[in-house]
Amino acid sequence: MANSNAIVNITMRKKLLIFTLMMFAFGYALVPIYEKFCEVTGINNLLQPDVLVEENWVDTDRWVTVELDANSRGLPWQFKPLQRSVRINPGEPVDVMYEIINNSDREINGQAIPSYSPTYLDKHLKKFECFCFTKQVLKPYETRQMPVQFVIEPSLPTNIHTVTISYTFFELPDGKKAIRE
Amino acid sequence: MAAVHGDAHGHGHDDHHPTGIMRWITTTNHKDIGSMYLWFSLAMFFVGGTLAMGIRAELYQPGIQILEPELFNQFTTLHGLIMVFGAIMPAFVGFANWQIPMMIGAPDMAFARMNNWSFWLLPVAASLLVVSFFVPGGAAAGGWTFYPPLSTQGGLGVDMMIFAVHILGASSIMGSINIITTILNMRAPGMTLMKMPLFVWTWLITAYLLVLVMPVLAGVVTMLLTDRHFGTSFFNAAGGGDPVLFQHIFWFFGHPEVYIMILPSFGIVSEVIPTFSRKPLFGYSSMVYATASIAILSCVVWAHHMFTAGMPVVGQLFFMYATMLIAVPTGVKVFNWTATMWRGSMTFETPMLFAIGFIFLFVIGGFSGVICAIVPIDIQVQDTYYVIAHFHYVLVSGSLFALFAGAYYWLPKWTGNMYNETLGKWHFWLSMFFFNLTFFVQHFLGLAGMPRRIPDYALQFADFNKISSLGAFGFGLTQVLFVYIVINCIRSGEKSPEKPWDGATTLEWTHLPTPAPYHSFETPPVVK
Repeated sequence: MANSNAIVNITMRKKLLIFTLMMFAFGYALVPIYEKFCEVTGINNLLQPDVLVEENWVDTDRWVTVELDANSRGLPWQFKPLQRSVRINPGEPVDVMYEIINNSDREINGQAIPSYSPTYLDKHLKKFECFCFTKQVLKPYETRQMPVQFVIEPSLPTNIHTVTISYTFFELPDGKKAIRE
Repeated sequence: MAAVHGDAHGHGHDDHHPTGIMRWITTTNHKDIGSMYLWFSLAMFFVGGTLAMGIRAELYQPGIQILEPELFNQFTTLHGLIMVFGAIMPAFVGFANWQIPMMIGAPDMAFARMNNWSFWLLPVAASLLVVSFFVPGGAAAGGWTFYPPLSTQGGLGVDMMIFAVHILGASSIMGSINIITTILNMRAPGMTLMKMPLFVWTWLITAYLLVLVMPVLAGVVTMLLTDRHFGTSFFNAAGGGDPVLFQHIFWFFGHPEVYIMILPSFGIVSEVIPTFSRKPLFGYSSMVYATASIAILSCVVWAHHMFTAGMPVVGQLFFMYATMLIAVPTGVKVFNWTATMWRGSMTFETPMLFAIGFIFLFVIGGFSGVICAIVPIDIQVQDTYYVIAHFHYVLVSGSLFALFAGAYYWLPKWTGNMYNETLGKWHFWLSMFFFNLTFFVQHFLGLAGMPRRIPDYALQFADFNKISSLGAFGFGLTQVLFVYIVINCIRSGEKSPEKPWDGATTLEWTHLPTPAPYHSFETPPVVK
């Protein structure tokens, strides 16, 4: 009786331990699940180009100021927009230029991550071209100018008169691919 | 158990164990291990309580008085971690160790050696947490939920915290596996699942929740660790990760965790209320189903902690309705407890007082929970003292009061002595008064917009903060009385009658002498 009981107990412990390990793996599985979920639902989708739609309606009665911001974090790059802000009509395609200078004597891979204010701007912003879609490789002391092409759609709430588009460059370790390639 | 019977010793079978410190280090007896769990959690309760006193002393008046902001943040962080993982959870495991074998008629826990191991991991983890205050950079200071980026930036203290959480998680998982196996395989003949005392039922469900979510917590802190030291970017936007992902995984663990801390207290209250009402529990089976529904629902509500993190409206609505749904099974429980007391021959000894206090105050905490579940209100009160008040109503006057009820209820069985009833009643009424003094006013502070985890505040919050701090000091001192009562009961308490509670019907009262012998139910009782 005592012996058979012990065997039953050990079998159950084995099952519960396997279950525990499965749940540990599930914790890790949540990472791709989360990414897939965001991709399917279109949440947080900031690093992929949007498709250019021709004949967009331009709301010529409204003006929105787009402030441009640039930072580099942890790498010796000087990074700035060539114009501090642009005034646009919602719906009108806009081209802005950014400039990076590698101030060091080594080749560095960087990746820019966008951030918007207000945060729901991503729903009304269509980007067709951006240096943030790929990684940027800069040779020692190289200077590069890069365009961003976007449209802020007229669906932007009418109480918004100023928006900010900000980019931060981070260093990518050697050999690492761009984030969404 | 017969296998460990020694040969060289002259001791009888019943007390064959080493003496002194080695008895406690090597013990595999569920009662010894239960006692160690309870003493450990009591000690941790005072460590966490001391941190709380520091927090309230700093908040006694506006301005920075005694704690620099950096140290204040360490206090709030470690207060949370120590109370959750060091005090409340081990205390319930201590109750489980003592009570489950006696309540189902088993001789011991299923895996006695693993049981010893799961206890002795705890002091290691606790020392890591406490010592982390003294390493360069101090203890973790990013809140007990250790959200990145703060937790990916902190110093050595964060690594020690991560390691401590790993150890505590391993301990909890081993404890749960032990409890599940004991309950499912080692019940006395005739003790069917639906005859088990409700305390055992709630622990069975809690243990399943633990093996479900503790590994996920272990996973998420591992990701944090590799983000910190091994170049991964799970939560680092620069490397393609997402800090919000951490919040999702953390709360996938974190919300079931709060039910892990409350379900066993439902079990204790469901034992105490019928005993002192001298009536069987009203709606036993509905209690079991309600517990199970709460456990299942608790796994699909996690994002209500993240309404302000950015979420589509559909998501917010889903998590809001799912959260509000939990009020239904919880309401069933409160209704059943009340119905059990209805027309019972009630007496109001200390365990009963704490159980009734639990019902009163837990319902307040439950209601403020429903309020927080409503998205627009939650966006308003997120990270304010309203939330602090809410979860202290469910954790202090919920879990902790139930632990006190259980301690007073079973102390005579454990020690063979009665506690001092007059002092017990003083302990209850002082706790009740000071608890409400501390936390009720925090609702007002939160509604007025006072943020949590900040050492200073605007002048208009000064009065309520002073009241709250005075209450906290009183509550802290009152708990010293509890330690006195327990020690007094063990050392010089009056001898307890065989069955001090005439309404008690569970096996440990009906089939075992008082105090419970070191080895009990070596021949299982037959339950009719």
